[in-house]
Amino acid sequence: MSAREEILARITGALADSPVARPVPRGYLRASDTSTARLIELLTDRLADYKAHVDVVASAGVPGILAGLLAGAESYVVPSGLPDDWFAHPALEADGAPRRLRDDVSCPLSVAELDRASAVITASAVSVAESGTIMLDGSPAQGRRVISLVPDHHVCLVPASSIVHILPEAVARLDGTRAMTWISGPSATSDIELERVEGVHGPRRLDVIIITDK
Amino acid sequence: MSKVFIGMPPLPAFGSGNLNLTEPFPRAAARELGNQQLRSNLRHATHTIRDKRLKVVAELPDWEELRDAGSAIKESVMADLPALLERFEANFTARGGKVHWARDAAEANAIITELVRATGAQEVVKVKSMATQEIGLNEHLETEGIAAFETDLAELIVQLGHDKPSHILVPAIHKNRTQVRDIFLAEMPGVDPDLTNDPAMLAGAARSYLRSKFLTARVAISGANFGIADSGTLAVVESEGNGRMCLTLPETLITVMGIEKLLPTFADLEVFMALLPRSSTGERMNPYTSLWTGVTAGDGPQDVHLVLLDNGRSAALADEMGRSALHCIRCSACMNVCPVYERTGGHAYGSTYPGPIGAILSPLMTGIEAEENNSLPYASSLCGACFDACPVKINIPEILVHLRGKDVDSRRGRMKPPSQMDLLMKGAQWAFSSGTHLGLLEKGLPLGRLAAGRSKKIKHLPGLAARWTDSRDIPAPPPASFRDWWAKEHVPEAPITQQGGEA
Amino acid sequence: MRIALFATCIVDAMYPQTAQATVRILERLGHEIIFPAGQACCGQMHINSGYLDEAKPVVENHARAFGADDYDVAVAPSGSCVASVKHQHPMIARRYGDAGLEERTTAIGARTYELSQLLTDVLGITDAAAQLGSHYPHQVTYHSSCHGMRLLKLEDRQLDLLRSVGGIEVTELPEADQCCGFGGTFALKNAEVSSAMLADKVRNIESTGAGLCAGGDASCLLHIGGGLSRSGSPATTLHLARILASTMQDPAPAPESLRSGARA
Repeated sequence: MSAREEILARITGALADSPVARPVPRGYLRASDTSTARLIELLTDRLADYKAHVDVVASAGVPGILAGLLAGAESYVVPSGLPDDWFAHPALEADGAPRRLRDDVSCPLSVAELDRASAVITASAVSVAESGTIMLDGSPAQGRRVISLVPDHHVCLVPASSIVHILPEAVARLDGTRAMTWISGPSATSDIELERVEGVHGPRRLDVIIITDK
Repeated sequence: MSKVFIGMPPLPAFGSGNLNLTEPFPRAAARELGNQQLRSNLRHATHTIRDKRLKVVAELPDWEELRDAGSAIKESVMADLPALLERFEANFTARGGKVHWARDAAEANAIITELVRATGAQEVVKVKSMATQEIGLNEHLETEGIAAFETDLAELIVQLGHDKPSHILVPAIHKNRTQVRDIFLAEMPGVDPDLTNDPAMLAGAARSYLRSKFLTARVAISGANFGIADSGTLAVVESEGNGRMCLTLPETLITVMGIEKLLPTFADLEVFMALLPRSSTGERMNPYTSLWTGVTAGDGPQDVHLVLLDNGRSAALADEMGRSALHCIRCSACMNVCPVYERTGGHAYGSTYPGPIGAILSPLMTGIEAEENNSLPYASSLCGACFDACPVKINIPEILVHLRGKDVDSRRGRMKPPSQMDLLMKGAQWAFSSGTHLGLLEKGLPLGRLAAGRSKKIKHLPGLAARWTDSRDIPAPPPASFRDWWAKEHVPEAPITQQGGEA
Repeated sequence: MRIALFATCIVDAMYPQTAQATVRILERLGHEIIFPAGQACCGQMHINSGYLDEAKPVVENHARAFGADDYDVAVAPSGSCVASVKHQHPMIARRYGDAGLEERTTAIGARTYELSQLLTDVLGITDAAAQLGSHYPHQVTYHSSCHGMRLLKLEDRQLDLLRSVGGIEVTELPEADQCCGFGGTFALKNAEVSSAMLADKVRNIESTGAGLCAGGDASCLLHIGGGLSRSGSPATTLHLARILASTMQDPAPAPESLRSGARA
């Protein structure tokens, strides 16, 4: 008998009493009608609690914010699907501006190139205000999972319309089969005396730009 | 489709690996109790996380409803496990993953070794995983000439310190910051000799040490927090980013998951990702959660494996009273609130699974008849704090009592000479199964009064009872029992006139 | 109301004054108390130690003793024993496939109350000084025993009653919700861990400066009192029932006079 057959047989035998599970009571909150303004406020608060930096701006202000966040950077990674409009700022276009490195599944940057990049800028799929969680699902404006991991500074764009209040609302918007990363603040550890320390292996700096009119 | 098995169902197959005590719990516990540094570290850490957990749990108005849902979802997983496993396998395989089944620790280790060999790699990076601890994977790989590098900070502390994990979530909970610094200074290649005991600096040292490993590793080994049957998705919950490094950078990813870790649908994550981080680290959400379904083209490992592990889980499932122990999502809330764990730490429990959940899970997986583990169900005062804290409402005290019953019955079957405890229980059965018997016995109370003497305290008793009087007095018994007083002296008291006009 | 008293074995044999106090409180409220003579023990020690075969006759005895319909409710001055009657007795009956016993134990469990539960939920007592004449002019602290707190969900019932006693000063016990380490045979089987838990409880009680630790479970108080006594602490223990029964005319002993006498 193969291991598969034997394990399935063991389990079937273990359930010889034919247990019947009760229906799952779903009395927990699954939807919320919180206003966008409140969602922005809550998400900002939660992210700040995780020691992430948050800017809240209209889309016209994004290039200026990006220019500020990337000041001093040598280079930054951008997934191929992220529109160039966000970088329409003199400080990001002039000679001597940080180099913009495009990453694409068909033409990926090497791990060494990612490691040398100062920062990465990505979009996001959906965010949960209540827990301060930003979900990336690998669509073209978000890119491969590694690009938001290896550079030490992650700038993440969050349209206000993609913010939900609670986790069930976010899960309903996601396709479970996509490779996903849920991010709640910068990398952290609580392994020494249960004291939270921000910054271990993932990006030690997380900046979030909430775009109010998107 | 599952096959229909004709004839006798297979006997429960108990697990092997790091699931056993090597000495009885009371002896191990007494030794650990003597370590003052350990006790102060544990107290600090468990109280810190307890407070954090209470704070974030209180934020959710629907916490009890989430627990109810979590408990019921896990119950449905157990009831439907064969079909869910097959569904998971079909979905994971359809998306390019490969599924392997392992009856026990040895088989899992052999499968993994072969998979690593096939890549030609001599070393692997690892994400913290209870399942691989349980099967003793690192030790096995070492004998096969493959070096395994733990990348979680706490696991790294334990590995560099040639130590064993003592907690599910924070394996180095028994070490304080100064001890961690000393381990790093002594054991971490290339460490900054000016390292201080500042946790941020210690985390920084781990980052530099592991960076090149992550960027060059070809094979990673992980556990999984959840497997979603309907989509074939695996989930790993972590904080540091070491998990993401392992799950996305190498070419080959091998995940080891117990067969009980399934959830039926992707939507069920909305319950478990609310329950787990809050119960575990006391955070609203852990910094990183990674989800993958087989292979994702152009993103992450392209050679993806899953080892489904039984190793005693089917035996635990066969115990109708005990099977809900398999609902455990390894959050560790039970150990953080347990007064026994707080004083002994995890090593006293022997197994990979310490604390209250370990005291039921380990004997369920190895069989209570295993001499090594029959002291574990007694490692509790049955105070019930674990049940209150459990996010999936595992009634740990009830299962402890159930396992004690199985232990007593199994020793009865072995016809050993009765222990002092057996005799005490037999005597008490006689006394407590009749008011007349107890009344007769109570006629002897004046004798006890005599024994107590003028101090009106009994300070020493013989035999088993000496374990009581080693640290506690017993007051002199009364001259007569209540029963006697009632029969001879009770005169009903007149009712008082109530004031205030309340009921 | 006709109330059947379940004294519990430990109170019957070691702390008769606690049962007497329970009787006095309820009689003072105008209720008739009966004491079913066949009663002995709830069987919790056997059950929690795994001796289920031995527990069965103990459970059957309780079902016999409290099986008659000659009372409205039963009361016990112990959260732990009441929890056993409510939860463990039907469990034992189920284990041995005894449907008749399961039905009887379930019915008995449904009308068995822990003292503070009966006083608060059934008899509407919210002010012990006004409604019971309770008076105890001493500084006390309070330990909430695990089974009352977690299995019966007594919440603040005992503490609220205690606070409403005339003249009393209740000082909060640090880490009050932590187990004292008794746990029945746990205290014997894991004596070292149990003693370590007890030592912390003793230290916390001493830190309050109160001369007395009150509680609702005689077994926990026996354990805590034993630890206080052994450590030479000036503090002692007393059951909540005795404090509630204490009046100006008929006071319960002051903490200092309890030190070498029977505790709880």
